[in-house]
Formats: sequence, C-alpha cells, structure tokens
Amino acid sequence: MPSRLLLCVRRSTASDGAGSATLVTLRLPSEIECIEEVVELVTRHCLAGQGAAARIRFRLQVVLSEALSNAIVRGNREDRAKWVDVRAELGPDVIRLEVTDEGPGFDPSAVPEPIRPEQLDEANGRGLFLIRKLVDAVEFNERGNSICMTLRRP
Amino acid sequence: MGFHQIKDASGVAVVQVEGQLVVGNRQELKDLVQAALDRGERRLLIDFSRTGYIDSSGLGALVSMSKKIREAGGELRLSGLNEDLRSLFELTKLDTLFAIAETPKQALASF
Repeated sequence: MPSRLLLCVRRSTASDGAGSATLVTLRLPSEIECIEEVVELVTRHCLAGQGAAARIRFRLQVVLSEALSNAIVRGNREDRAKWVDVRAELGPDVIRLEVTDEGPGFDPSAVPEPIRPEQLDEANGRGLFLIRKLVDAVEFNERGNSICMTLRRP
Repeated sequence: MGFHQIKDASGVAVVQVEGQLVVGNRQELKDLVQAALDRGERRLLIDFSRTGYIDSSGLGALVSMSKKIREAGGELRLSGLNEDLRSLFELTKLDTLFAIAETPKQALASF
C-alpha cells in the first residue's frame, strides 16, 4: 500500500550567521498504523547531525507517539477522512513540535492525574501526563485541538 | 519487530517485545497473553530487552493484562527495562504495580 504521508522539509540559515533552523511539516491520515513511521521520520530529522542524543531521542519518540495517538484516536476519532498535521521547528537549542487534529478539541486542565493509588489499575489516562513529564514545556491552542511541545537540546 | 513467544525450560511463558509496544500493536500482545491463559499458562514473563519505546497505550495494555492474569490466579513478571523504559514506569508509578526484574534470568528465578 502506498504511503499517504506528505512530508516537507525546509532548511534556512540566519543571514547574520547566528544559527540555522529547519522546519519539518508532515500531514498524515488518521490511521494508527502510520504513527510509528511518522515518529521515525520526524525523529530522524530532529536529530540529524546530533551524535550522542539517545536520551532526547527516547523522549521525542514517546511524546510524539503519544501526541499522534491522542490526535488520531481522541481528536479525529480514527475518521480516515480527517488529517493530522505535524510541524517541527528545529533550532540550535530547542525543538518545538506541534501536533494538530481536526477534532473539536478538549480541555487539558480537566484531565485527572493518573498516579493516585486508586487510578493505578486503570488502563487509560496516562498520555498527557507522560508528555508533561518528558518535555520542557507544553502549550495548547484555545480550541484544544493543537498541542505544542518544547524540548531543550542537551 | 513484533512479539516473540517462547516457553522457558522451567515452564514459564516468555514473550519478548521486539521494537515498540504502542497503540498500533498493543492488541496483538493482549491477544497473545489471552491465548496463553486459555492454554492454561499461569506464569508469564514479558521481556523488554529488545524494546525501543512504549507509549501510554502500551503501558495501559500491560495494566489490563496484569489484572487478567491475576484474576486467573496467575503471575506476571517484567524484565529487561533499560533506564529510559524504567523511567516511564517510575513516572507513572507503575513500578509499584508490577514485579520488575533486571534480567529475564532473574525474573525466571523469582517465580
């Protein structure tokens, strides 16, 4: 089956030589089977040229997988007519990852903490918690259908 | 990539997670464990020595499998978590829910 991923990579260097930035955008259909491939592709671009980056690689893989899963399953309800957009801004010091779905959005402040003893036996509800623990900053747009995660490079 | 199931000489059903345990394949692992329970297996080990990353759906699948195994009167052990993988269990406090051994050998010895 041909891949339905639309990938675009733009590299730019600041005119004053202060550093370079890369913008990676990617659009994927609402299919959970696509998630691993997208995580692999985006991680490869985020860490291109970085040698000993194992720690940030793991964090990137987990939070991107989490955000894509939320977007596809909860946001777009696995409706294959709907898309998920990924935008990664790669600077010298930070990586900013934005994942946007076409769903109605949700209120992130209403998601309960999953680590209370009575919650431990629950199968769901750890995704957003893990994202918050593994990145340096998390923001949502007002509608709640777009998450922006910032990771500082080591 | 996927799940590799073997039966240890001591009679423990061992499942090795090769690659990722994520929303896209967690059902496959749950089905494997259910099939093992249906066959009468009661001692199960899931080994992560060859695992890249786990997402929250993968963690959730482990929680529900653990419950099923307990209800069937069985025991589940986990092994082979590297520092990154272990941190996921610690952050979510799931290290308090599972019996986690450093290596598969240690896990097998603990049954």
